[in-house]
Amino acid sequence: MDLLHAVLVDPFVQMASLPDFFVQVLWEGLVSGILYALIALGFVLIFKASGVFNFAQGIMVVFAALSLVGLHAIGVPAYLALALCILVMLALAVAVERLVLRPLVNQPDIILFMATIGLTYFLIGLGELIFGGEPKVMITEELGLPTGSFEWETLGGRVIFQAIDIAAAVIAAAMVAGLALFFQKTRIGRALRAVADDHQAALSVGISLQQIWAIVWFAAGIVALATGIMWGARSDVSFALQIIALKALPVLVLGGLTSVPGAIVGGLIIGIGEKLGEIYWGPLLGGGIESWLAYVIALGFLLFRPQGLFGERIIERV
Amino acid sequence: MIYREAGQFKTSYAQDQALFPIRQDRYGMAAILATAFVLVPLFGSAFFLNTIMIPFLVLALATIGLNLLTGYAGQLSLGTGGFMGVGAYACYKLTTFFPEANILLLILTSGLFSAALGVLFGLPSLRIKGFYLVVATLASQFFLEWCFNRIPWLYNHNASGAIEVPARSAFGVVLTGPSATPLARYLAVLAVVTLLTLVASNLVRGRIGRSWMMVRDMDIAAELMGVRLLRTKLLAFAVASFYAGVAGALMVFLWLGAAEASSFTINVSFQILFMAIIGGLGSLVGSFMGAAFIWILPMDPADPDPRGTRRLRPLARGRHGRADQLHADRRSDHPDPHSRAARHGAALADRQATDANLAVPLLGQGTAIVGEAHA
Repeated sequence: MDLLHAVLVDPFVQMASLPDFFVQVLWEGLVSGILYALIALGFVLIFKASGVFNFAQGIMVVFAALSLVGLHAIGVPAYLALALCILVMLALAVAVERLVLRPLVNQPDIILFMATIGLTYFLIGLGELIFGGEPKVMITEELGLPTGSFEWETLGGRVIFQAIDIAAAVIAAAMVAGLALFFQKTRIGRALRAVADDHQAALSVGISLQQIWAIVWFAAGIVALATGIMWGARSDVSFALQIIALKALPVLVLGGLTSVPGAIVGGLIIGIGEKLGEIYWGPLLGGGIESWLAYVIALGFLLFRPQGLFGERIIERV
Repeated sequence: MIYREAGQFKTSYAQDQALFPIRQDRYGMAAILATAFVLVPLFGSAFFLNTIMIPFLVLALATIGLNLLTGYAGQLSLGTGGFMGVGAYACYKLTTFFPEANILLLILTSGLFSAALGVLFGLPSLRIKGFYLVVATLASQFFLEWCFNRIPWLYNHNASGAIEVPARSAFGVVLTGPSATPLARYLAVLAVVTLLTLVASNLVRGRIGRSWMMVRDMDIAAELMGVRLLRTKLLAFAVASFYAGVAGALMVFLWLGAAEASSFTINVSFQILFMAIIGGLGSLVGSFMGAAFIWILPMDPADPDPRGTRRLRPLARGRHGRADQLHADRRSDHPDPHSRAARHGAALADRQATDANLAVPLLGQGTAIVGEAHA
């Protein structure tokens, strides 16, 4: 009875008694959810177009952020460094398509998955070689991003917002809108959707798969760069960041592997659920449940909808 | 293979299904076992046994477990590290309660705890598959890691949070703890690994192994042909977790001597998965080769920390080509119905091509089963 009370009643009493704190927790969850969603977005772009489950998305985030900081450190102006970084991501995309994807065409999914894990280790090694292993500070101010925080007096208390978090939310929304426009309105976007729908049919109407793959890896690289800047501004730019690639997995399966809106909604659900669980239910289990709660939430959803929230229905034929 | 089986005729089903149907295989296996049991103990230095042979055998055992699950039953798992931890902690608790018991018996028993948890975490596999299942196994990995950190009972409320292996013996020989000789530990590991490899090879060529392969190739088709998915998949999870658990117990008790939660991270799971894939999914010999390739090949003889506590970082290059090649070899005789070509063939409503694609492995399995029924 005490246990039931502690699980089912007490957390909600806490939420109601300190509404300002509750809003604060929600906001924190929302912000980390946005960042999960951004990483998941990079995954989805590549998965849709090439069927490759890109484990390297996490390290691409780190690599992009490191390149930006590294270029700035050797005296390149911030905006020029940003442009150069985009070029680096383009070069990476082309190289990945040439050296990794092309020789592995038509291999089983697990081989391609392993190839991207290999790519992860390669990028970790390359990044440590070029930039060194120590954490770095993101050049937030030089890029013209807001810093500092402000308070909002409400609900009998106050909620603190970091300016960078709001900027992250705005930029993420703008990027998703931009991607949606790109997918719906441009010629390349149409080709991308065709490839996502059916590789063979797309090939048969003259779409170059290799070109498309390079483009989606480039798009994922841009998303990675934006994610790296945002996440780097919140903490440090370090290799520990790449572990969030694993956090993106539950986000992905929750939203459905092929759905862009799914990645966004999934990210928000996981981010908020994780924070609420950690703050209100975590103490019951001794804390630290953030490390696995996301997977359990995703698992719970999966048991009822095996294809995720927005995924295509899985139809199996013998 | 470098030899042929020409002239070796099999006249009965039993001969055809023997463990080593080819004479050269029998001699080769005898030679390998003789080397492992006689030559290595005679000539191997303590360093060689400690840093190469014992880790290699332990990792190979874990790889075999994962290979049974992923390579034979087709269920992708990233939870191996966690289940190895379950085995290690279970063995630690068992030896706390039964200090006089034969340590080898305890190591094997601790696999049962891991198997039970494996069944529990394998339950979602009945509903979800592929990369979705990876998330379920990741949940088990992170949850178990959290348990190793947060439940002090598991490590007897040590201040350090680590488990230190006490001196334990089997058959009158001290096998664990600082006083155990490398030779004794090596022979104990070798005996356990040989025994479990034999069990695994018998599992996969029997009815159970064949039903696993049917599930791997297409579980709906297998179900239609009378394979009970619930039992088959959960058995695969149980057996794989048992192997992982025993490997974890061996790792801590006979190799490392001490461990903490960070000894069983996701990196261990990845490493074992690498070994299984590089060695070849669906191959027991490959499990040994994969373990050797990843553990022994990057070995630096001048390593200042030879007890294996260093984090092994797999090489990024040169490997996929090889995995790819090995896999291509396998694919040539096992057309994979999940290949992208087959999927998109179906989407194009090119039913004939698809059916032809799918019929091949099913026919192969079907005839195998019919053959068994006749025998």
